[in-house]
Amino acid sequence: MFSIIQSMWLTFLHMFHKRETIQYPEEKIKLPARWRGRIVLTRDPDGGERCVGCYLCAAACPVDCISLQATEDEYGRRYPEFFRINFSRCIFCGYCEEACPTYAIQLIPDFEMCEYNRQNLVYEKADLLVNGQGKYPGYNYYKVAGLAIKGKGKGQGENEEQPVDVKSLIP
Amino acid sequence: MATLYIDNQPYEVTSGNNLLETCLTLGFDLPYFCWHPAMGSVGACRQCAIKVYKDENDKKGKLVMSCMEPVTNNQRISITDAEAKEFREEIIGWLMTNHPHDCAVCDEGGSCHLQDMTVMTGHSYRKFRYKKRTHINQNLGPFINHEMNRCIQCYRCVRFYNDYAGGKDFDVFASRNNVYFGRHEDGVLENEFSGNLSEVCPTGVFTDKTLKQHYTRKWDLTMAPSVCQHCSLGCNTIAGERYGSLRMIANRYHGEVNGYFICDRGRFGYEFVNAPDRVRQPVLNGKTVGRDEIMEEIKKRLKESKVIGIGSPRASIQSNFALKALVGKNNFYHGVSENEHDMAELAIQILKEGPARTPSLKEVESADAIFIMGEDLTNSSPMLALAVRQAVRVKPMKEVIQANIPDWHDYAAREFVQEKKGPLYSATIHGTKLDDIAAQTHYAAPDEIARLGFAVAHRIDSSVPDVENYPDELKKLADTIAEGLKKAERPVVISGLSSESESVMKAAANVAWALNKSNKNTGLVLTMLECNSLGLAMMGGGKLDGAFNAILHSHADTAIIMENDLYRHGSTATVDKFLKMCRQIIVLDHTPNPTMSKAHVIIPAGTFAESDGTLVNNEGRAQRFFQVYEATDVIQESWRWLLNMGVNAGNERMSHWKNFEDITKAISDEEPMLKGVETITPPATYRVAGQRIPREPHRYSGRTAMNAHLNVSEPKPPEDPDSSLSYTMEGYRGLAPSSMIPYFWSPGWNSVQSVNKYQQEVAGHLRGGDPGLRLIEANKNTEPNYFMSVPEFFQPIAGHFWVVWTHHIYGSDELSNKSASVSQRVPKPYVMINPKDAEELKLTEGQLLSFEVLKDVYELPVRINNTIPAGLAAMPYALEGMPATGLPEWGIIKSVDRK
Repeated sequence: MFSIIQSMWLTFLHMFHKRETIQYPEEKIKLPARWRGRIVLTRDPDGGERCVGCYLCAAACPVDCISLQATEDEYGRRYPEFFRINFSRCIFCGYCEEACPTYAIQLIPDFEMCEYNRQNLVYEKADLLVNGQGKYPGYNYYKVAGLAIKGKGKGQGENEEQPVDVKSLIP
Repeated sequence: MATLYIDNQPYEVTSGNNLLETCLTLGFDLPYFCWHPAMGSVGACRQCAIKVYKDENDKKGKLVMSCMEPVTNNQRISITDAEAKEFREEIIGWLMTNHPHDCAVCDEGGSCHLQDMTVMTGHSYRKFRYKKRTHINQNLGPFINHEMNRCIQCYRCVRFYNDYAGGKDFDVFASRNNVYFGRHEDGVLENEFSGNLSEVCPTGVFTDKTLKQHYTRKWDLTMAPSVCQHCSLGCNTIAGERYGSLRMIANRYHGEVNGYFICDRGRFGYEFVNAPDRVRQPVLNGKTVGRDEIMEEIKKRLKESKVIGIGSPRASIQSNFALKALVGKNNFYHGVSENEHDMAELAIQILKEGPARTPSLKEVESADAIFIMGEDLTNSSPMLALAVRQAVRVKPMKEVIQANIPDWHDYAAREFVQEKKGPLYSATIHGTKLDDIAAQTHYAAPDEIARLGFAVAHRIDSSVPDVENYPDELKKLADTIAEGLKKAERPVVISGLSSESESVMKAAANVAWALNKSNKNTGLVLTMLECNSLGLAMMGGGKLDGAFNAILHSHADTAIIMENDLYRHGSTATVDKFLKMCRQIIVLDHTPNPTMSKAHVIIPAGTFAESDGTLVNNEGRAQRFFQVYEATDVIQESWRWLLNMGVNAGNERMSHWKNFEDITKAISDEEPMLKGVETITPPATYRVAGQRIPREPHRYSGRTAMNAHLNVSEPKPPEDPDSSLSYTMEGYRGLAPSSMIPYFWSPGWNSVQSVNKYQQEVAGHLRGGDPGLRLIEANKNTEPNYFMSVPEFFQPIAGHFWVVWTHHIYGSDELSNKSASVSQRVPKPYVMINPKDAEELKLTEGQLLSFEVLKDVYELPVRINNTIPAGLAAMPYALEGMPATGLPEWGIIKSVDRK
């Protein structure tokens, strides 16, 4: 008997505590920047696509919900010809972001992706690509990679010597 | 045998081998770069360091490069020694100082030996703080991509390209850490084996350019064991698919056939599978129709007409057999020209009834004297040329061994050998790429080559008739060749179909048989024209002319032509007439060709990538290729279409055949020469621990997304009724039976170097035996039944040319021609003549010569070649607009255009 009254009293006291419940969707929760929500593809500081189509995100994905095809522009810069994420399979584990060597794929604090039709959860590149650098501003993969692209010849990357003159006789 | 103590554990090993290959054979993981099982050791990379101890009391030991030390008895070594480990990690740290941060955009990533070895040694952080050196790349043509920044200076590329494959337009330049591997200037890599650089290079300096066009990581490919379709040697390949298109061909190690390498025709010829003009839907009188409709139509048509079937030397034995079963034994015709048909039968007769055994490619590599008769091997059977190139080293290598230098000690051996070469005698129509290693070359008309053969054979065994009125210099040549062959321990005679001269083949048989009398190790290699020429010939059936006559004389009115462009096997006029006379032409094929354009019914057959089948190579080895991926649309194997037709038409026998295995069993039962073909792979019910062998690696990605744009609910994965391979990534991950290895992979070994784990010993046979079944064995103890008729000497006729074939690695093969990369290397049609003839006709290089041959007039630019004998003219076999049958024949000179 006493314990019942004690429980009711405790419950009663909770009426004066700070409310944890949020009036979603009128009121939105503020999520930390590293919260693992919707996946986006970001761009490097020059505005070029960061994704180089290396397939590592797809390989890391435990539910195999990422598929893409790498292709190249006329100067040798790689980008995905198509990039598809099936969010009806995605478990938001973030392994793809972890695997990404170019900071292209990022999980952002947005989870409002519900659909009545499951087919609408299949996102193509146009749905994924954003006009920003996301969480890692300033990183430009091609500046540190050895590959030449438009606007960056051999030896013009960071920490690179000028190309070797093979015909030089100087020791 | 010797006892070797590795980390105090005793192992029984072969003495004389180097420690590295011994450790790898025993299953240890030891990193290496410059050593290659086919090319030996040079000790350039210092990566394979281990500790060697003096005796069991020696605790200190000394560091040695395991690839440079031979195994000795009771030797004590340590792989796991801390100092050795640290040394290896440091070495890779140094190798990586200049290696760019490229893996994400590098085609080698995921199948990279450098990645594997870096992980294996434990090197993970770059300590070197300075700048990376960079290099300008070269454009090396349509096959190979060059990214020189990635180089770690292991020298494997030059060693393969120059030393192993005999290339001349590639080298190493500059010095110290500036060394540069490439050509002296941008340009196409000319060697026929350049594609192997992509497998030989341990990192991404040389990669497959065709794969780059539709790049896919190795782990994302659906792969299956396949057999090359582009010549008669039957090299084993791995074919990989992604998103419904074939992405690459890689070498599949076979201890007896291709070893570690394949030629560029085989590696890059696959793109015809993805050609946009492929036939993908049935066509009825020019209109695309559905599957049911076409089956109904065919049923109707077959019922009311008399049908003949024309098979194909490039279709599997299953497809040919199904056609034979559908139309009946007497209405089945080989789709090859009369000469090709007769020569294939002759080849079987020679190999089966004669005493000389036909060796495998691997055995050719160990021949110590070779006589080539009438074959331009580099162009007709490229891998055989590569084997011959290794064989000329066999004899000088004996001296190397005598000098106490182990044969795997590559640099020392080459220094010792210098330019010495074993005897290679080459009698060809004109100069070939093997001439640079030949001891004697002789250029002559096919009949003259045959005469030389008879003369040589007579000098070995006098019961072969001698050539009468033979000039003295040729007598001397014949003496030299006969002497050289007689002295050899393992002589090999090579001839084949590409000069289309029966007398050459007969003379080659005579030489081999004569040699075989005294030396049972004599080998005789006969090359064929297409991948299943021999298999078709072993099956029995009428000649193509018989098929033509059947229609012309109204014994039949409908022809089913399977995977065959008749214009490659009959003259234009005859085939035109034949096709016109056919009331109905039903064509099963995958790639458009002139025959198909005349068909009333076109049925989309699968290419090798969409089919299961068995091919018989020139050695008589039956080898199975597996379907790589489930074909889209209604495409299916020719034999399956024919089975469907047969069942539809109420063919009692065919209604019992449900799948590949049933039909293969039927072949084994009904075709005496093909007995046993069903045993070359395990049955479709074969399972390991209840599981199939997966075609996809365990890292395969994108299964739930690749088709999600079509339908978010994934379809059920296709099931394979024909083999125990699965189309998914689920299944048994251990060692697959050797005949059905879909890809090479082992934990920690993602690159092709993992093949070590699949071999009984390094560079030896595959575990479980090399796949395939030799169907032809020589009748060893029989007395040779020599061919006795010596051909007449060749006499040029004024105003005429004796027009012969010249083969091209790129261009002479029907299917690889359609590949975008290979088609860039196909030469323009020309006619090759001797400078003397050119002078007589007042022609210079490139001017047009018009001549009539096979009732057609050809006007072709002239190529003047010093090696082709006067009175002969060579036409490229089966190039665009060129004939592919009927030669050699006299051609009449019509006119000369000196513009």
